[in-house]
Amino acid sequence: MHSNSSMRTPLGRVRGLGSAKSGTGHFWLQRVTAVANVVLTIIFLGVVISLVGRPYQAALAVLSHPLVAILMLLFTVSGVVHMRLGMQVIIEDYVHGEGLKIAAVMANTFFAIAIGAACVFALLKLSFGG
Amino acid sequence: MAEVKQAARPLSPHLQIYRWSWTMAMSIAHRVTGSALYLGTVLIAAWLVAAASGPAAYDTAQWVAGSILGRLVLFGYSFALLHHMVGGLRHFVWDMGHGYDPQTRMNLAKYSVAVSGGLTILVWIVALALR
Repeated sequence: MHSNSSMRTPLGRVRGLGSAKSGTGHFWLQRVTAVANVVLTIIFLGVVISLVGRPYQAALAVLSHPLVAILMLLFTVSGVVHMRLGMQVIIEDYVHGEGLKIAAVMANTFFAIAIGAACVFALLKLSFGG
Repeated sequence: MAEVKQAARPLSPHLQIYRWSWTMAMSIAHRVTGSALYLGTVLIAAWLVAAASGPAAYDTAQWVAGSILGRLVLFGYSFALLHHMVGGLRHFVWDMGHGYDPQTRMNLAKYSVAVSGGLTILVWIVALALR
């Protein structure tokens, strides 16, 4: 079945496993979030740049506007999903130790969720007050 | 089990072997900007959380963001974001099966610098004019 010129490693042959079968899903989600980000990025940058140096009340008025808040929330979710996928690829490219790789991929997920949760909570609190 | 012969696995030459080209530089730039943006989200999250924490925390964050250094970082962040976005548009062209011949590849790489630079300045002008 396997010739000596096979590209598979001996360990890979013994395990008899293929890929984890989630590569297409990863690729596609990266592209879907990228398409969403093209539009959302421009809006996000416009909001942030226009608020630099503005007083609190002005920032509150802009960030709590429903349309701005919804678009900022969408950018947050699409952005952190996209960046988590991208960083996972970087980790898988450069971190070769199995244990360290799993730890790094897991830490990457935690980081993305923490950033996402912080931004979503802040945006909702700005909108709903309290 | 029969003795498994260790195949001589090929190694590809590494980065320093190659002459620098536009396509190579833009490929690396895409990954570098992606990593920078990843870290930059900490600043964005901190700014939003400060705003949500009330006027005092917001004023502190705004003092940092509104300083010369803060504005420079935001300008760099916006350029990194738009460069990464334009690099992504290049990937969409390739995903559709176009732009693989050498001349187009090179042009796409060169123009991505000009387009993202121009786009950054345009976004800043529009954002500052709208406020």
